[in-house]
Amino acid sequence: MAAPKFEVPELKGYTDIPLLREGAAAEVKSFPANAQIQEALGFPGELAENWQETAIGRMGELLGKYRSLQVFMDACVHCGACTDKCHYYLGTSDPKNMPVARQDLMRQVYRRYFTFAGKYFPKLVGAKDLTREVLDDWYRYYYQCSECRRCSVYCPYGIDTAEITMAGREILDCVGIGQKYTNEILGKVHRIGNNLGLPGPALLDTLTGLEEDIEEDTGFAVKLPIDVKGAEVLLITPSADFFSEPHVESLIGYAKVFHAAGISWTLSSLASEAGNFGMFIGNYEQMQKVALRIREAALELGVKRIVVGECGHAWRVAYSFWNTLIGVGLGAGADDKYGRMLQQQLDPNYPQPAHICEVTYDLLQQGAITMDKEANDHRIITFHDSCNVARGSRMGDMPGGQFLIPREIIKSVANRFHDMAPETILEGTFCCGGGGGLLTDDLMELRVKGAQPRMDAFKDVVDNHGVNFMATICAICKAQFTKVLPYYGFDMSMVGGVHQLVSTAIRLDAKQ
Amino acid sequence: MSSLTIFFALLFYLATALLVSGLAYKIYIYSRTPAPLKIPTMPAPTTTTGVVMRMGREVVLFESLFKSNKWIWIFGWMFHFGLLLVLLRHLRYFTEPVWGWVVLIQPFGKYAAFAMIAGLLGLWARRFLVDRVRYISTPSDHLMLALLVGIGLTGMAMSFVVHTNIVGLKEFMLGLMVFDWQPLPADPILLAHLSLVALLMIIFPISKLLHAPGIFFSPTRNQADNSRDTRHVASWAARLEK
Ligand code: HEM
Ligand code: HEM
Ligand code: SF4
Ligand code: SF4
Repeated sequence: MAAPKFEVPELKGYTDIPLLREGAAAEVKSFPANAQIQEALGFPGELAENWQETAIGRMGELLGKYRSLQVFMDACVHCGACTDKCHYYLGTSDPKNMPVARQDLMRQVYRRYFTFAGKYFPKLVGAKDLTREVLDDWYRYYYQCSECRRCSVYCPYGIDTAEITMAGREILDCVGIGQKYTNEILGKVHRIGNNLGLPGPALLDTLTGLEEDIEEDTGFAVKLPIDVKGAEVLLITPSADFFSEPHVESLIGYAKVFHAAGISWTLSSLASEAGNFGMFIGNYEQMQKVALRIREAALELGVKRIVVGECGHAWRVAYSFWNTLIGVGLGAGADDKYGRMLQQQLDPNYPQPAHICEVTYDLLQQGAITMDKEANDHRIITFHDSCNVARGSRMGDMPGGQFLIPREIIKSVANRFHDMAPETILEGTFCCGGGGGLLTDDLMELRVKGAQPRMDAFKDVVDNHGVNFMATICAICKAQFTKVLPYYGFDMSMVGGVHQLVSTAIRLDAKQ
Repeated sequence: MSSLTIFFALLFYLATALLVSGLAYKIYIYSRTPAPLKIPTMPAPTTTTGVVMRMGREVVLFESLFKSNKWIWIFGWMFHFGLLLVLLRHLRYFTEPVWGWVVLIQPFGKYAAFAMIAGLLGLWARRFLVDRVRYISTPSDHLMLALLVGIGLTGMAMSFVVHTNIVGLKEFMLGLMVFDWQPLPADPILLAHLSLVALLMIIFPISKLLHAPGIFFSPTRNQADNSRDTRHVASWAARLEK
């Protein structure tokens, strides 16, 4: 690792609220997308003459389409309860990373153009014209928010800065200013089918290679089937699972679970990506278009169940939005042809879509798979709740199942488990620092600083409980931590998936 | 009829009209604007009853605020609860005969003014003392607190220092309600109190006081967590399926 060009925060095992330092993160700016990337998504390639008009026009449309934006613009009383809740504020001490200040970047413009007070008394209510400087601030700070929704837990009105960040990014895209990382990846999904840009044949090769590795390792012919018509389960997983470390260990884990339980399953080369960066840029049409591949794959393969692998934002999109976007779910009305078409095919006895953790947990409950817990005895494990799973989704049939189920799985596959400090887990969990479209090297400083609150809590369990493994169920968290752990003096192999632990402990011989 | 009475009568008609129409308009906008995606802050209740309970806890107990910041919660709750009691006590100026329970809470309402003012001052102090809150405060945030403190102090001056002509005031108020104007007592403190109240009513629908209706429309708090079991599609989004 090259020496960083910025100061890495020192860990204390808990995080203090810093005094604010204006402009502390003003230099942190991710690379903008070029015209080609923008135009591939149907956005303008550059800032046009009348950009201001376009931006205000788009803002007006969004205010009419999203109640969240409309209410959140009006309701904030500047009480300050959210000011110390964002990991990017805690890590950078830049006041514009306080959730309310991030919102105010848009609110000042909203007030100026859409409210009586802002039109006639701008100074009084802090309203501002949408100038180039303001637009630059939007780009800077809307790409310093991981859309983790931690602030929305603590706001008395539930104001969710992620919604405002998404709207901000959407308006920026509409005037020709996009972010390279996210928009380039969206282009890849549309062209090739997954975020990594891994074409079908390469995917097939990878899977065959993995099958050989597993057989060599375990002596069992665990398969990773793809494009199998009539399989029971379609598994949609982040493409990182196919060849990033430690992601691939979890993929092996899912395969072993299906194998041990005797469930027929398949991947799809058409829908080889669970991730959906359309959410990150707040663009409904993009999000729907990306998701549509999954609907098509499910219809084509005729599967009965759709299961999602370890990926945080993908699970939020799947759990909360798939039914809306593409009809993957249940409960479509009698006159809803689009929804019924797919839902007739899906088995209503299972949650649709289901998280892989829900599948594994149910199988454990039924005794359909068995574990050799001692196999994980070299690990002392903690669990990092990923923000999109924690605050944007659920598992099981009870609120909070998203916290319980992964922990129960870990406890069934390993003997040693310690949670991190209570205010840093469950619904109050701290983001890994790399979510929401920020997992790019040009934002390394932000990613390292934003990870500080999580790293502090991790250090505490490492020092006091000997923890040496942080399990998580998100591809972005895994990628982010493998990069960031070393900055804080931890080994990058300390992070991994829940199904990596399952993979270690599962007994493949139980049925024989 | 004195010009003072005419002025205040018209002022209150105007303020009431603006308050009611402004709020009605905003509530209409909020209820008409769709929430295309399910975005409750999880974990969230799975049923409508659960949502009503959650909203109730937010409105009555400020549950989320309690989780986030004990100082703001204490001051905020003192202020709002004090305000509520004060306003309920004020019903006696608008009803004849005064309802039994309003009579019952008179003493509480009177002393609730202290809680209200203390809460407001605590919240105001944070705007100077806490650097983060100082950074986000705009002049209007300060003025809003000043206005409420002003209303509170003029009111308390009447209850605890120099009593005003309550009977006369009540006749004026009851008269206003049936368009039969009665003279308004020309007590300067009362006039100050009423002017500030009128100002509050006028700015209510164009200020952050919209948090009061807004909270009920906040999708992160008023949606049930049932996205897998019911298909939720906004009308503008449904057109994209065609
Ligand atoms: C449904 C009814 C209402 C609810 C649930 C509610 C809730 C809240 C909450 C949770 C806060 C933030 C914490 C705090 O600063 O106190 C707040 C702030 C505030 N509320 Fe309300 N409120 C309601 C009605 C009202 C009304 C009717 C008024 C005014 C006449 C009002 C005036 C204020 C003011 C001025 C603040 C900001 C205080 C500051 O500057 O820090 N609220 N409200
Ligand atoms: C048209 C509306 C109003 C009228 C006619 C009115 C009138 C009065 C009168 C006559 C008093 C003196 C009570 C006494 O001597 O016992 C009073 C007290 C007070 N008023 Fe108002 N007021 C109005 C609205 C408000 C509002 C909206 C607020 C708060 C935001 C408020 C806050 C207070 C407070 C805190 C007191 C002192 C405590 C008490 O006696 O309840 N008033 N008001
Ligand atoms: S959503 Fe997360 S990253 Fe964005 S402002 Fe809120 S706490 Fe910060
Ligand atoms: S907690 Fe909510 S109301 Fe308070 S300042 Fe933050 S966004 Fe505004």
